[in-house]
Amino acid sequence: MFLINCPFCGEREQSEFKAGGEAHIVRPKQPTELSDDEWAEYLFMRKNIKGVQFERWNHIHGCRKWFNMARDTSNDQIKAVYKMGEKPPVK
Amino acid sequence: MSNNLRFKTSKFIDETYRVSFKFNNKTYFGFKGDTLASALLANGIHLVGRSFKYHRPRGIMTSGSEEPNAIIQLHDNSSRTEPNVRATEVEIYEGLVASSQNCWPSVNFDIGGINNLLSPILPAGFYYKTFMWPASFWEKYEYFIRKSAGLGKSPKVVDPDIYEHNYIHCDVLVIGAGISGIMAAKMAAKNGFKTLLVDEKSYLGGSSIYDNSEFSKINNQLTSSWLEKEINEISKLENLEIKIRTSVAAYHGYNFLLARESLTDHLPINQRDNKVRHRLLKIRAKKVITATGSIERPLIFDNNDRPGILLSSAIKKYIDLYGVACGENNVLFTNNDTAYETAMSLIQRGIRINAIIDNREQVDSKICYEVEKNNIKIYKGFSVVDTYGYRRINKISIMKLSKDGQTVIGDKTKLTCDCLGLSGGWTPAVHLFTQSGGKLKFREEDQVFIPDVYPSDQISIGSCNGDFGLNEIIKNTLSSLKKFLNIDNSEYKTLEIISGLNQSKRNIWLLPSDKTIGKTKSFVDYQNDATSKDIKLALREGFRSIEHVKRYTTTGMGTDQGKLGNMHALGIISETAGTKMGEHGTTTFRPPYTPLTFGTIVGRNVGEFFDVFRRTPIHDWHVKNSAEFENVGQWKRAWYYPKENENMYQAVQRESKAARDSAGILDASTLGKIDIQGTDASEFLNRVYTNAWSKLAVGKCRYGLMLNEDGMVYDDGVTTRLGENHYIMTTTTGGAANVLGKLEDYLQTEWPELDVYLSSVTDHYATISVCGPNSKKIVSKVIPDLDYSDEKFPHMSFKNAKIGNIKCRVMRISFTGEQSYEINIQANFGKSVWEKCMDAGKDFNITPYGTETMHLLRAEKGFIIVGQDTDATLTPIDLQMDWIVSKKKYDFIGKRSLYRSDTIREDRKQLVGLLTENPEEVLEEGAQIVSDVKKSPIEMLGHVTSSYYSPNLKKSIALGVVKSGKNLLGQKLIIPMENKNINVIVADPVFFDKEGKRLNA
Ligand SMILES: [Zn+2]
Repeated sequence: MFLINCPFCGEREQSEFKAGGEAHIVRPKQPTELSDDEWAEYLFMRKNIKGVQFERWNHIHGCRKWFNMARDTSNDQIKAVYKMGEKPPVK
Repeated sequence: MSNNLRFKTSKFIDETYRVSFKFNNKTYFGFKGDTLASALLANGIHLVGRSFKYHRPRGIMTSGSEEPNAIIQLHDNSSRTEPNVRATEVEIYEGLVASSQNCWPSVNFDIGGINNLLSPILPAGFYYKTFMWPASFWEKYEYFIRKSAGLGKSPKVVDPDIYEHNYIHCDVLVIGAGISGIMAAKMAAKNGFKTLLVDEKSYLGGSSIYDNSEFSKINNQLTSSWLEKEINEISKLENLEIKIRTSVAAYHGYNFLLARESLTDHLPINQRDNKVRHRLLKIRAKKVITATGSIERPLIFDNNDRPGILLSSAIKKYIDLYGVACGENNVLFTNNDTAYETAMSLIQRGIRINAIIDNREQVDSKICYEVEKNNIKIYKGFSVVDTYGYRRINKISIMKLSKDGQTVIGDKTKLTCDCLGLSGGWTPAVHLFTQSGGKLKFREEDQVFIPDVYPSDQISIGSCNGDFGLNEIIKNTLSSLKKFLNIDNSEYKTLEIISGLNQSKRNIWLLPSDKTIGKTKSFVDYQNDATSKDIKLALREGFRSIEHVKRYTTTGMGTDQGKLGNMHALGIISETAGTKMGEHGTTTFRPPYTPLTFGTIVGRNVGEFFDVFRRTPIHDWHVKNSAEFENVGQWKRAWYYPKENENMYQAVQRESKAARDSAGILDASTLGKIDIQGTDASEFLNRVYTNAWSKLAVGKCRYGLMLNEDGMVYDDGVTTRLGENHYIMTTTTGGAANVLGKLEDYLQTEWPELDVYLSSVTDHYATISVCGPNSKKIVSKVIPDLDYSDEKFPHMSFKNAKIGNIKCRVMRISFTGEQSYEINIQANFGKSVWEKCMDAGKDFNITPYGTETMHLLRAEKGFIIVGQDTDATLTPIDLQMDWIVSKKKYDFIGKRSLYRSDTIREDRKQLVGLLTENPEEVLEEGAQIVSDVKKSPIEMLGHVTSSYYSPNLKKSIALGVVKSGKNLLGQKLIIPMENKNINVIVADPVFFDKEGKRLNA
């Protein structure tokens, strides 16, 4: 069970949070101008890597805020948490 | 009790306190302080169970949680009965009742023993191979297998005990209170760390607390005496909490651990009432010190499983801690020095040792010389090749080992004995370390896996770290603790340690035999009856990974997770395959370390707390009026209200008729309600719903459909514009939390520029829906100050109103197709307003109806229920709801997906109405829909999603999804059922009042 440092509330237990999939996938501003393939790329394609992965998390039983997390999927070490719209502070 | 076996000199046994207990229906006596195992051994009982597969007689093998054989059923036939309990861990108390498992009819005569004779045809994978084919045979085998196999009986009645969960936060957690754990706890606590020390046993000190050997001393004191003073000292430390009978079950990431504290298991039953039995501790530690010790290895040779064969260290513990001799004619079989400590303990008590068989050619430590001086015959360079005796060992045969240890040579010598102690060296207990994600390394010189890479702030010390001599343990414990805790003062300045043991070992994973391997039974996993032969067979059949070998042979798959034999399995694999240890992987140890009862896991979440439910403010009224309830999400919703002898069908028919003929009333409080405010609220709704919202006037309501980004229908509901920048959205009952989550997600991550605020107000309001031709008359009696004319208060509009002094909102919206009014009022007034409506409706036969009638009424109108008529594969176009998808809006969630090549296919499943040829025949929801039953295979076109008998139309109606359904209007389809085919005609999904005249009637 992770300890997650919510950027708004501080360190809380994982059970207060919900994972929300890969981060930094921006919804296209003009979806109607995309081909089926381009739209499918946005809609369906997600990374599943062993190593540092950038994820969205929601402090669902706390401040309800969404934020980003860089987590090493091989050992669950959290490398960084940062707010929505911010660039990842680690590689 | 045999006086020859009990030595009343142990300070851990209270010989003034005699305890009687029952084992297999016979009464025995032991003393306070005994475990069930030590008390049985004191009574000369070794045979306690039968093995799982071959039903071989098995005895007590160990003295702790690693026990594979002596697993018993505790508390026969009572609500507390518990299978698979280790007799070596059960502390006896007056009135304890236990019995053997795995035997029928009795442990001494067991029908399943015939499996032992059949064993040549029961090799590894036998069950897989045999019962795979023909499949129908399985049913025949199953009865016999179930009867003769299985581990114990599970309780059949409610557990009377109380369990609870506790959170603990500490700076330092020390697991294991052996000598290094005690030292660690003292150093941590004295240096200002808030420390918790836990040990699974009922006493502190581990095996050192009964180490009275002259050959291992600290500061010229016996180890046991020195340690006793240490324990005395730490028990007074304020910074230290000590928990005994507390077994760490799981070590997760981020130093989160689960431990079970056992509080009443050692008490007589009549002292357990109203006390918590187990506490599941959820421990979050900043630092963890693992000092879990090590487990002695058995030796693997032919027939190494007879009752009377124990680990050598267990024999020592039974003597030194419990004052119990395991036998009167002992033989020890070893490949290292520790068996000589057992020998010295036996010698001190004057217990006979017939011989020591030592794999090593050279034996040259002080303790070995001392044993030899006592005229004990030591067979150096020998190995046991066989054992004899059915219910108890009575003889062994030994042979000389060849130089390379691969074969046995020379003559066979037979020796008598009633107890054989095995010592194959030690395996560090790294279970918790690996659970935490730690990586092991293999140490060649003594063939052990030890901790290498730590995944969190933790350290392993003592013999679980691979330090086995007293000297190394203390020296390394001190130096690594100083570093780990970052302290100078170790509390231990001058410790002088004497250790008479040498660490030499002659490790042979599978000892050679004079027989071919096919003729031997050398058990690697005692509990699951996996032999060396099985492992070699698995390798021959091509299995390589330890995880595959494990599953194929079931090695390590028992309740003990192979604590004794896993290393030997790995050793035999690497020897046979000619690879390095660890190359095939080490098996994964999974939580829990020792089994937990379900009671411990669920804690207080039992009975009505198992799955808590939500009640509407009107719930009590429904109960009083004999409603049946259904679970919707977490809610209890009134399902229907049966009168006298009505069944569900009759009640629903009556309710449905009444709602259309005069008036019905529904508790709709469970619908999700989200309050939406902000200057961009309209724009926000435009983006999340498929239809347009900007032009909705204040005071008006609109139905909205919400999609996922993939174009599939996600939720629906009516949203009302309360003010210029203020809306209230309703969602489905089950979808409320997810919809709010989804909206928050878009607001925070995709459209942070929008000025919109969302609040869940589901619980804040009670929602009462009154419908039917007389609804206006009823609601106007409850709220008289409103103009109810169709011009002033038309369908799909809302009014602020008051009932007495209480503000409320009245929406004129309808899910039934009837004229209806929905009153939303502060939750705590819900019940009284409901009663007011009932009162006002008396003259109009106002009829409370539940969810089932609601579903029927909306089905007559062809309104969908998201989640019943839809799953996540239907677009609004598939639902024939094109009218709600705005063509003008540039974008909304899911819009782009509505014209993907897949979503524009003509032959997608589409929602249609279905009418049975025989109007009295009601379809089954979920039934398949086909067009041709003769074609093979039959093509499945779709399925029935909703089906009812409509009392208003006096015929059966149904909704379903059918491939190309829109084009099949008027055509005949078939619903094939078990014993008949039902003909249906595809129809328009709106069955009743297509023009919507009744809304304004
Ligand atoms: Zn937060």
